[in-house]
Amino acid sequence: MSEFKVDNPVLEVEDLRFYYGDSRAIHGVDIAFPEKQVTALIGPSGCGKSTLLRCFNRMNDLIDISRVEGKVLLDGQNIYDKRTDIIELRRQVGMVFQKSNPFPKSIYENVIYGLRIAGEKDKSLFDERVETSLKGAALWDEVKDRLHDSALGLSGGQMQRLCIARAIAVNPKVILMDEPCSALDPKSTARVEELIGELREDFTIIIVTHNMQQAARVSDNTAFLFEGNLIEYGLTDQLFVKPQNKQTEDYITGRFG
Amino acid sequence: MAVLMQQELNDLKKRLLALGAEVEGRVRQAVQALLTGDRALAETVKGGDAQIDNLEIELEEECLKVLALHQPVATDLRFIVSILKINNDLERVADFAVNIAERAIDLSGAIKIACPYDIARMAELVEQMLKMALDSLVDKDTDLARKTIQLDDDVDEMHKENFAKVKEAIKADLTYIDGLVYYLSISRYLERMGDLATNIAEDVVYQVDGEIIRHGGIQTCL
Repeated sequence: MSEFKVDNPVLEVEDLRFYYGDSRAIHGVDIAFPEKQVTALIGPSGCGKSTLLRCFNRMNDLIDISRVEGKVLLDGQNIYDKRTDIIELRRQVGMVFQKSNPFPKSIYENVIYGLRIAGEKDKSLFDERVETSLKGAALWDEVKDRLHDSALGLSGGQMQRLCIARAIAVNPKVILMDEPCSALDPKSTARVEELIGELREDFTIIIVTHNMQQAARVSDNTAFLFEGNLIEYGLTDQLFVKPQNKQTEDYITGRFG
Repeated sequence: MAVLMQQELNDLKKRLLALGAEVEGRVRQAVQALLTGDRALAETVKGGDAQIDNLEIELEEECLKVLALHQPVATDLRFIVSILKINNDLERVADFAVNIAERAIDLSGAIKIACPYDIARMAELVEQMLKMALDSLVDKDTDLARKTIQLDDDVDEMHKENFAKVKEAIKADLTYIDGLVYYLSISRYLERMGDLATNIAEDVVYQVDGEIIRHGGIQTCL
Protein backbone atom coordinates (compact mmCIF):
# COMPACT_ATOMS: atom_id res chain seq x y z
CA MET A 1 0.00 0.00 0.00
CA SER A 2 1.27 3.46 -0.83
CA GLU A 3 2.19 5.56 2.18
CA PHE A 4 -0.31 8.31 2.98
CA LYS A 5 1.06 10.90 5.39
CA VAL A 6 -1.48 12.36 7.74
CA ASP A 7 -1.03 15.66 9.59
CA ASN A 8 -2.33 16.02 13.15
CA PRO A 9 -3.63 12.49 13.60
CA VAL A 10 -6.21 12.19 16.38
CA LEU A 11 -6.61 8.47 16.12
CA GLU A 12 -3.72 6.21 15.14
CA VAL A 13 -4.09 2.53 14.55
CA GLU A 14 -0.98 0.36 14.76
CA ASP A 15 -0.85 -3.19 13.50
CA LEU A 16 -4.42 -3.87 14.54
CA ARG A 17 -5.52 -7.49 14.38
CA PHE A 18 -9.02 -8.52 15.32
CA TYR A 19 -10.31 -12.02 15.93
CA TYR A 20 -13.76 -13.50 16.17
CA GLY A 21 -12.85 -16.68 18.05
CA ASP A 22 -10.11 -18.33 16.01
CA SER A 23 -10.82 -16.53 12.80
CA ARG A 24 -8.99 -13.33 12.14
CA ALA A 25 -11.14 -10.59 10.60
CA ILE A 26 -8.55 -7.81 10.47
CA HIS A 27 -4.99 -8.62 9.54
CA GLY A 28 -2.68 -5.97 10.89
CA VAL A 29 -4.05 -2.60 9.81
CA ASP A 30 -2.05 0.61 10.19
CA ILE A 31 -3.97 3.81 9.61
CA ALA A 32 -4.10 7.32 11.07
CA PHE A 33 -7.08 9.69 11.00
CA PRO A 34 -6.40 13.42 10.68
CA GLU A 35 -8.05 15.90 13.00
CA LYS A 36 -11.24 17.64 11.86
CA GLN A 37 -11.47 15.81 8.60
CA VAL A 38 -13.89 13.22 7.30
CA THR A 39 -12.45 9.83 6.46
CA ALA A 40 -14.55 7.22 4.70
CA LEU A 41 -13.99 3.48 5.06
CA ILE A 42 -15.19 1.63 1.99
CA GLY A 43 -15.08 -1.97 0.85
CA PRO A 44 -17.33 -4.90 0.02
CA SER A 45 -19.54 -6.52 2.64
CA GLY A 46 -17.49 -8.53 5.08
CA CYS A 47 -14.24 -6.67 4.38
CA GLY A 48 -13.96 -5.64 8.03
CA LYS A 49 -14.79 -1.97 7.77
CA SER A 50 -17.52 -1.98 10.43
CA THR A 51 -15.43 -4.26 12.64
CA LEU A 52 -12.54 -1.85 12.31
CA LEU A 53 -14.78 1.12 13.09
CA ARG A 54 -16.10 -0.59 16.22
CA CYS A 55 -12.52 -1.13 17.42
CA PHE A 56 -12.15 2.64 17.74
CA ASN A 57 -14.42 2.95 20.78
CA ARG A 58 -14.16 -0.67 21.93
CA MET A 59 -17.68 -1.48 20.86
CA ASN A 60 -16.39 -4.94 20.00
CA ASP A 61 -15.77 -5.56 23.69
CA LEU A 62 -19.45 -6.47 23.79
CA ILE A 63 -18.74 -9.56 21.69
CA ASP A 64 -17.50 -12.27 24.08
CA ILE A 65 -15.44 -14.29 21.65
CA SER A 66 -13.65 -11.29 20.16
CA ARG A 67 -10.02 -10.43 20.74
CA VAL A 68 -7.91 -7.44 19.71
CA GLU A 69 -4.16 -7.21 19.19
CA GLY A 70 -2.23 -4.09 18.28
CA LYS A 71 -2.85 -0.53 19.31
CA VAL A 72 -5.44 2.19 18.82
CA LEU A 73 -4.03 5.50 20.03
CA LEU A 74 -6.36 8.35 20.86
CA ASP A 75 -4.21 11.44 21.30
CA GLY A 76 -1.29 9.12 21.84
CA GLN A 77 -2.97 6.94 24.51
CA ASN A 78 -3.69 3.32 23.70
CA ILE A 79 -7.42 2.80 24.24
CA TYR A 80 -6.80 -0.92 24.80
CA ASP A 81 -4.70 -0.13 27.85
CA LYS A 82 -6.08 -1.82 30.98
CA ARG A 83 -6.54 1.53 32.71
CA THR A 84 -8.82 2.94 30.03
CA ASP A 85 -12.15 4.21 31.33
CA ILE A 86 -14.56 2.85 28.72
CA ILE A 87 -17.32 5.35 29.53
CA GLU A 88 -14.88 8.22 29.09
CA LEU A 89 -13.55 6.64 25.90
CA ARG A 90 -17.05 6.46 24.42
CA ARG A 91 -17.65 10.05 25.43
CA GLN A 92 -14.58 11.04 23.45
CA VAL A 93 -15.32 8.70 20.56
CA GLY A 94 -19.04 8.89 19.85
CA MET A 95 -20.97 6.72 17.49
CA VAL A 96 -23.92 6.98 15.12
CA PHE A 97 -25.40 3.75 13.86
CA GLN A 98 -27.03 2.54 10.66
CA LYS A 99 -30.46 2.46 12.25
CA SER A 100 -31.23 5.47 14.37
CA ASN A 101 -31.66 4.36 17.97
CA PRO A 102 -33.21 7.14 20.05
CA PHE A 103 -34.17 6.20 23.58
CA PRO A 104 -37.91 6.04 24.33
CA LYS A 105 -37.68 9.38 26.06
CA SER A 106 -38.22 12.99 25.11
CA ILE A 107 -36.10 14.74 22.52
CA TYR A 108 -34.59 16.81 25.32
CA GLU A 109 -33.72 13.78 27.47
CA ASN A 110 -32.17 12.00 24.49
CA VAL A 111 -29.76 14.86 23.88
CA ILE A 112 -28.61 15.19 27.50
CA TYR A 113 -28.49 11.46 28.20
CA GLY A 114 -24.71 11.33 27.97
CA LEU A 115 -24.35 14.28 30.32
CA ARG A 116 -26.73 12.73 32.84
CA ILE A 117 -24.89 9.42 32.99
CA ALA A 118 -21.65 11.37 33.43
CA GLY A 119 -23.27 12.77 36.61
CA GLU A 120 -24.07 16.24 35.34
CA LYS A 121 -27.05 17.91 37.05
CA ASP A 122 -26.88 21.57 35.99
CA LYS A 123 -30.23 22.46 34.36
CA SER A 124 -28.92 25.57 32.62
CA LEU A 125 -26.06 23.54 31.13
CA PHE A 126 -28.63 21.00 29.90
CA ASP A 127 -30.71 23.73 28.26
CA GLU A 128 -27.69 25.27 26.62
CA ARG A 129 -26.33 21.92 25.42
CA VAL A 130 -29.71 20.83 24.02
CA GLU A 131 -29.90 23.98 21.94
CA THR A 132 -26.32 23.94 20.66
CA SER A 133 -26.37 20.20 19.93
CA LEU A 134 -29.68 20.31 18.11
CA LYS A 135 -28.50 23.34 16.17
CA GLY A 136 -25.25 21.53 15.44
CA ALA A 137 -27.27 18.58 14.14
CA ALA A 138 -29.46 20.91 12.04
CA LEU A 139 -32.58 19.80 13.91
CA TRP A 140 -33.27 22.73 16.26
CA ASP A 141 -35.67 24.64 14.04
CA GLU A 142 -37.78 21.54 13.49
CA VAL A 143 -38.11 20.50 17.14
CA LYS A 144 -37.56 23.57 19.32
CA ASP A 145 -41.28 23.82 20.12
CA ARG A 146 -41.67 20.21 21.13
CA LEU A 147 -38.50 19.36 23.00
CA HIS A 148 -40.41 17.39 25.59
CA ASP A 149 -42.30 15.26 23.08
CA SER A 150 -41.21 11.68 22.59
CA ALA A 151 -38.26 11.24 20.26
CA LEU A 152 -40.05 8.27 18.76
CA GLY A 153 -42.51 10.62 17.05
CA LEU A 154 -39.80 12.05 14.80
CA SER A 155 -39.28 11.03 11.17
CA GLY A 156 -36.45 8.63 10.30
CA GLY A 157 -34.21 11.43 9.10
CA GLN A 158 -34.96 13.53 12.18
CA MET A 159 -34.25 10.57 14.49
CA GLN A 160 -30.88 10.07 12.85
CA ARG A 161 -30.06 13.76 13.30
CA LEU A 162 -31.20 13.47 16.93
CA CYS A 163 -28.71 10.63 17.38
CA ILE A 164 -26.04 12.89 15.92
CA ALA A 165 -27.11 15.64 18.35
CA ARG A 166 -26.86 13.13 21.19
CA ALA A 167 -23.38 12.13 20.03
CA ILE A 168 -22.11 15.72 19.85
CA ALA A 169 -23.76 16.83 23.14
CA VAL A 170 -20.92 15.29 25.15
CA ASN A 171 -18.39 17.11 23.02
CA PRO A 172 -16.49 14.15 21.60
CA LYS A 173 -13.22 14.32 19.69
CA VAL A 174 -14.18 11.69 17.17
CA ILE A 175 -17.55 10.66 15.75
CA LEU A 176 -17.84 7.20 14.23
CA MET A 177 -20.66 6.74 11.74
CA ASP A 178 -21.65 3.28 10.59
CA GLU A 179 -23.77 3.57 7.44
CA PRO A 180 -25.63 6.57 8.90
CA CYS A 181 -27.77 7.15 5.80
CA SER A 182 -28.54 3.66 4.60
CA ALA A 183 -32.05 3.74 6.09
CA LEU A 184 -32.83 7.29 4.96
CA ASP A 185 -34.55 8.63 1.87
CA PRO A 186 -32.54 10.81 -0.58
CA LYS A 187 -33.67 14.08 0.97
CA SER A 188 -32.80 13.07 4.53
CA THR A 189 -29.56 11.59 3.22
CA ALA A 190 -28.66 14.90 1.61
CA ARG A 191 -29.45 16.64 4.91
CA VAL A 192 -27.19 14.32 6.90
CA GLU A 193 -24.43 14.61 4.30
CA GLU A 194 -24.64 18.38 4.49
CA LEU A 195 -24.48 18.06 8.27
CA ILE A 196 -21.34 15.93 8.06
CA GLY A 197 -19.75 18.75 6.09
CA GLU A 198 -20.60 21.17 8.92
CA LEU A 199 -19.56 18.83 11.73
CA ARG A 200 -16.07 18.46 10.35
CA GLU A 201 -15.38 22.03 11.48
CA ASP A 202 -15.38 20.75 15.05
CA PHE A 203 -15.03 16.98 14.99
CA THR A 204 -13.00 14.23 13.42
CA ILE A 205 -15.38 11.96 11.57
CA ILE A 206 -14.88 8.39 10.42
CA ILE A 207 -17.70 7.05 8.30
CA VAL A 208 -18.37 3.56 7.01
CA THR A 209 -20.46 3.56 3.88
CA HIS A 210 -21.53 1.18 1.16
CA ASN A 211 -22.48 4.09 -1.00
CA MET A 212 -19.37 5.04 -2.90
CA GLN A 213 -20.84 8.23 -4.28
CA GLN A 214 -21.53 9.20 -0.69
CA ALA A 215 -17.94 8.48 0.31
CA ALA A 216 -16.81 10.58 -2.64
CA ARG A 217 -19.15 13.44 -1.71
CA VAL A 218 -18.61 13.73 2.02
CA SER A 219 -15.06 12.63 2.78
CA ASP A 220 -11.63 14.21 2.61
CA ASN A 221 -9.85 10.87 2.74
CA THR A 222 -10.90 7.40 1.78
CA ALA A 223 -9.59 4.03 2.93
CA PHE A 224 -10.39 0.93 0.92
CA LEU A 225 -10.47 -2.35 2.83
CA PHE A 226 -10.64 -5.81 1.40
CA GLU A 227 -10.69 -9.11 3.26
CA GLY A 228 -9.45 -7.53 6.47
CA ASN A 229 -6.57 -5.65 4.86
CA LEU A 230 -6.16 -1.96 4.18
CA ILE A 231 -5.57 -1.90 0.44
CA GLU A 232 -5.39 1.79 -0.30
CA TYR A 233 -5.67 4.98 1.72
CA GLY A 234 -5.47 8.46 0.27
CA LEU A 235 -7.16 11.71 -0.60
CA THR A 236 -10.71 11.01 -1.75
CA ASP A 237 -10.46 13.08 -4.91
CA GLN A 238 -7.34 11.19 -5.95
CA LEU A 239 -8.65 7.79 -5.02
CA PHE A 240 -11.79 8.22 -7.10
CA VAL A 241 -10.06 9.70 -10.14
CA LYS A 242 -6.81 7.79 -10.20
CA PRO A 243 -6.56 4.97 -7.68
CA GLN A 244 -3.08 3.54 -7.23
CA ASN A 245 -4.15 -0.03 -6.65
CA LYS A 246 -5.79 -2.38 -9.14
CA GLN A 247 -8.09 -3.86 -6.49
CA THR A 248 -9.31 -0.39 -5.52
CA GLU A 249 -9.91 0.43 -9.16
CA ASP A 250 -11.84 -2.80 -9.69
CA TYR A 251 -13.96 -2.21 -6.60
CA ILE A 252 -14.90 1.42 -7.18
CA THR A 253 -15.65 0.84 -10.86
CA GLY A 254 -17.81 -2.18 -10.02
CA ARG A 255 -15.59 -4.73 -11.78
CA PHE A 256 -15.11 -6.75 -8.64
CA GLY A 257 -14.92 -10.53 -8.58
CA MET B 1 -24.81 -2.18 -12.83
CA ALA B 2 -21.16 -2.34 -13.84
CA VAL B 3 -21.95 -4.62 -16.79
CA LEU B 4 -24.57 -2.18 -18.01
CA MET B 5 -22.11 0.66 -17.83
CA GLN B 6 -19.44 -1.36 -19.64
CA GLN B 7 -21.89 -1.85 -22.50
CA GLU B 8 -22.49 1.88 -22.61
CA LEU B 9 -18.77 2.60 -22.57
CA ASN B 10 -18.15 0.13 -25.39
CA ASP B 11 -20.87 1.82 -27.38
CA LEU B 12 -19.26 5.24 -26.81
CA LYS B 13 -15.94 3.92 -27.99
CA LYS B 14 -17.50 2.41 -31.12
CA ARG B 15 -19.16 5.72 -31.93
CA LEU B 16 -15.91 7.60 -31.40
CA LEU B 17 -13.96 5.24 -33.62
CA ALA B 18 -16.62 5.53 -36.31
CA LEU B 19 -16.31 9.31 -36.11
CA GLY B 20 -12.52 9.01 -36.24
CA ALA B 21 -12.64 6.85 -39.37
CA GLU B 22 -15.08 9.26 -40.99
CA VAL B 23 -12.86 12.26 -40.19
CA GLU B 24 -9.74 10.50 -41.45
CA GLY B 25 -11.58 9.89 -44.73
CA ARG B 26 -12.54 13.56 -45.02
CA VAL B 27 -8.95 14.67 -44.52
CA ARG B 28 -7.76 12.23 -47.18
CA GLN B 29 -10.41 13.42 -49.63
CA ALA B 30 -9.69 17.09 -48.97
CA VAL B 31 -5.99 16.61 -49.59
CA GLN B 32 -6.70 14.58 -52.70
CA ALA B 33 -9.07 17.24 -54.00
CA LEU B 34 -6.34 19.80 -53.44
CA LEU B 35 -3.57 17.82 -55.10
CA THR B 36 -5.65 16.83 -58.11
CA GLY B 37 -7.74 20.01 -58.44
CA ASP B 38 -10.89 17.92 -58.10
CA ARG B 39 -13.60 20.48 -57.38
CA ALA B 40 -16.38 17.92 -57.17
CA LEU B 41 -14.55 15.99 -54.46
CA ALA B 42 -13.84 19.24 -52.62
CA GLU B 43 -17.54 20.07 -52.73
CA THR B 44 -18.36 16.63 -51.32
CA VAL B 45 -16.07 17.26 -48.35
CA LYS B 46 -17.62 20.67 -47.81
CA GLY B 47 -21.14 19.36 -48.03
CA GLY B 48 -20.51 16.47 -45.66
CA ASP B 49 -19.51 18.54 -42.67
CA ALA B 50 -23.02 18.69 -41.21
CA GLN B 51 -22.95 14.92 -40.86
CA ILE B 52 -19.75 15.11 -38.80
CA ASP B 53 -21.27 17.85 -36.65
CA ASN B 54 -24.28 15.63 -35.98
CA LEU B 55 -22.10 12.70 -35.00
CA GLU B 56 -20.18 14.95 -32.62
CA ILE B 57 -23.33 16.24 -30.94
CA GLU B 58 -24.86 12.77 -30.63
CA LEU B 59 -21.69 11.36 -29.09
CA GLU B 60 -21.49 14.22 -26.61
CA GLU B 61 -25.09 13.66 -25.59
CA GLU B 62 -24.43 9.95 -25.10
CA CYS B 63 -21.38 10.76 -22.91
CA LEU B 64 -23.45 13.11 -20.75
CA LYS B 65 -26.13 10.48 -20.40
CA VAL B 66 -23.65 7.88 -19.15
CA LEU B 67 -22.12 10.42 -16.75
CA ALA B 68 -25.52 11.29 -15.32
CA LEU B 69 -26.93 7.79 -15.12
CA HIS B 70 -23.88 5.75 -14.09
CA GLN B 71 -21.66 8.24 -12.30
CA PRO B 72 -18.45 6.55 -13.38
CA VAL B 73 -15.23 6.88 -11.41
CA ALA B 74 -11.52 6.19 -11.93
CA THR B 75 -10.65 4.62 -15.29
CA ASP B 76 -14.28 4.83 -16.49
CA LEU B 77 -14.47 8.51 -15.64
CA ARG B 78 -11.19 9.25 -17.40
CA PHE B 79 -12.41 7.24 -20.38
CA ILE B 80 -15.52 9.38 -20.79
CA VAL B 81 -13.68 12.65 -20.21
CA SER B 82 -11.15 11.70 -22.88
CA ILE B 83 -13.91 10.70 -25.27
CA LEU B 84 -15.60 14.07 -24.81
CA LYS B 85 -12.35 15.85 -25.61
CA ILE B 86 -11.32 13.65 -28.51
CA ASN B 87 -14.82 14.00 -29.95
CA ASN B 88 -14.35 17.75 -29.97
CA ASP B 89 -10.86 17.48 -31.46
CA LEU B 90 -12.05 15.22 -34.27
CA GLU B 91 -14.84 17.61 -35.16
CA ARG B 92 -12.31 20.40 -35.46
CA VAL B 93 -10.03 18.26 -37.63
CA ALA B 94 -13.02 17.81 -39.92
CA ASP B 95 -13.51 21.59 -39.98
CA PHE B 96 -9.93 22.01 -41.16
CA ALA B 97 -10.56 19.39 -43.84
CA VAL B 98 -13.44 21.58 -45.01
CA ASN B 99 -11.12 24.62 -45.00
CA ILE B 100 -8.64 22.72 -47.15
CA ALA B 101 -11.45 21.71 -49.50
CA GLU B 102 -12.49 25.36 -49.79
CA ARG B 103 -8.96 26.42 -50.63
CA ALA B 104 -8.81 23.56 -53.16
CA ILE B 105 -11.85 25.11 -54.84
CA ASP B 106 -10.26 28.58 -54.72
CA LEU B 107 -7.00 27.28 -56.14
CA SER B 108 -8.68 25.38 -58.94
CA GLY B 109 -10.03 28.70 -60.22
CA ALA B 110 -8.66 30.82 -62.98
CA ILE B 111 -5.09 31.46 -61.89
CA LYS B 112 -3.10 28.27 -61.71
CA ILE B 113 -0.01 28.40 -59.59
CA ALA B 114 2.36 25.77 -58.26
CA CYS B 115 2.72 25.39 -54.50
CA PRO B 116 6.12 26.63 -53.30
CA TYR B 117 6.40 23.77 -50.78
CA ASP B 118 5.66 20.04 -50.71
CA ILE B 119 1.99 19.83 -49.68
CA ALA B 120 1.79 16.10 -50.28
CA ARG B 121 4.66 15.40 -47.89
CA MET B 122 3.19 17.53 -45.11
CA ALA B 123 -0.30 16.13 -45.59
CA GLU B 124 1.08 12.60 -45.48
CA LEU B 125 2.80 13.26 -42.18
CA VAL B 126 -0.33 14.83 -40.66
CA GLU B 127 -2.52 11.97 -41.87
CA GLN B 128 -0.01 9.56 -40.36
CA MET B 129 -0.21 11.41 -37.02
CA LEU B 130 -3.97 11.22 -37.08
CA LYS B 131 -3.90 7.52 -37.87
CA MET B 132 -1.37 6.84 -35.11
CA ALA B 133 -3.40 8.85 -32.59
CA LEU B 134 -6.56 6.89 -33.43
CA ASP B 135 -4.69 3.57 -33.39
CA SER B 136 -3.28 4.43 -29.97
CA LEU B 137 -6.86 5.07 -28.85
CA VAL B 138 -8.08 1.72 -30.18
CA ASP B 139 -5.25 -0.24 -28.57
CA LYS B 140 -4.82 1.93 -25.46
CA ASP B 141 -1.19 2.14 -26.62
CA THR B 142 0.55 4.97 -24.78
CA ASP B 143 3.89 4.31 -26.52
CA LEU B 144 2.26 4.93 -29.87
CA ALA B 145 0.49 8.00 -28.44
CA ARG B 146 3.80 9.42 -27.26
CA LYS B 147 5.37 8.74 -30.68
CA THR B 148 2.49 10.66 -32.28
CA ILE B 149 3.19 13.62 -30.03
CA GLN B 150 6.86 13.61 -31.04
CA LEU B 151 5.94 13.86 -34.73
CA ASP B 152 4.25 17.18 -34.10
CA ASP B 153 7.65 18.88 -33.90
CA ASP B 154 8.35 17.82 -37.50
CA VAL B 155 5.01 19.22 -38.66
CA ASP B 156 5.63 22.50 -36.84
CA GLU B 157 9.07 22.71 -38.41
CA MET B 158 7.60 22.11 -41.87
CA HIS B 159 5.05 24.86 -41.34
CA LYS B 160 7.79 27.26 -40.39
CA GLU B 161 9.76 26.39 -43.52
CA ASN B 162 6.63 26.67 -45.65
CA PHE B 163 5.99 30.12 -44.28
CA ALA B 164 9.47 31.21 -45.33
CA LYS B 165 9.03 29.67 -48.79
CA VAL B 166 5.67 31.34 -49.36
CA LYS B 167 7.13 34.65 -48.22
CA GLU B 168 10.00 34.29 -50.68
CA ALA B 169 7.61 33.43 -53.50
CA ILE B 170 5.45 36.48 -52.74
CA LYS B 171 8.52 38.70 -52.64
CA ALA B 172 9.68 37.30 -55.97
CA ASP B 173 6.39 37.87 -57.80
CA LEU B 174 3.31 39.63 -56.43
CA THR B 175 1.13 38.47 -59.32
CA TYR B 176 0.15 35.26 -57.55
CA ILE B 177 -0.29 36.63 -54.07
CA ASP B 178 -3.84 35.27 -53.63
CA GLY B 179 -2.88 31.73 -54.50
CA LEU B 180 0.24 31.90 -52.36
CA VAL B 181 -1.74 33.10 -49.37
CA TYR B 182 -4.14 30.18 -49.91
CA TYR B 183 -1.17 27.82 -49.83
CA LEU B 184 0.07 29.43 -46.63
CA SER B 185 -3.39 28.91 -45.09
CA ILE B 186 -3.32 25.27 -46.10
CA SER B 187 0.02 24.79 -44.39
CA ARG B 188 -1.49 26.39 -41.32
CA TYR B 189 -4.56 24.09 -41.44
CA LEU B 190 -2.34 21.03 -41.66
CA GLU B 191 -0.22 22.28 -38.80
CA ARG B 192 -3.34 22.76 -36.67
CA MET B 193 -4.50 19.24 -37.56
CA GLY B 194 -1.16 18.00 -36.26
CA ASP B 195 -1.84 19.87 -33.00
CA LEU B 196 -5.26 18.23 -32.69
CA ALA B 197 -3.79 14.78 -33.37
CA THR B 198 -1.34 15.60 -30.57
CA ASN B 199 -4.25 16.51 -28.27
CA ILE B 200 -5.92 13.20 -29.05
CA ALA B 201 -2.71 11.32 -28.26
CA GLU B 202 -2.35 13.25 -24.99
CA ASP B 203 -5.87 12.27 -24.04
CA VAL B 204 -5.08 8.64 -24.75
CA VAL B 205 -2.19 8.88 -22.26
CA TYR B 206 -4.56 10.50 -19.74
CA GLN B 207 -7.19 7.84 -20.27
CA VAL B 208 -4.75 4.97 -19.78
CA ASP B 209 -2.26 6.31 -17.23
CA GLY B 210 -4.30 9.06 -15.56
CA GLU B 211 -1.44 11.43 -16.30
CA ILE B 212 -2.05 14.85 -17.83
CA ILE B 213 0.95 15.47 -20.08
CA ARG B 214 -0.49 18.46 -21.92
CA HIS B 215 1.76 21.54 -21.62
CA GLY B 216 4.24 19.28 -19.81
CA GLY B 217 1.79 18.88 -16.86
CA ILE B 218 1.29 21.45 -14.07
CA GLN B 219 4.19 23.90 -13.99
CA THR B 220 5.73 24.22 -10.54
CA CYS B 221 7.27 27.68 -10.95
CA LEU B 222 5.01 30.31 -12.45
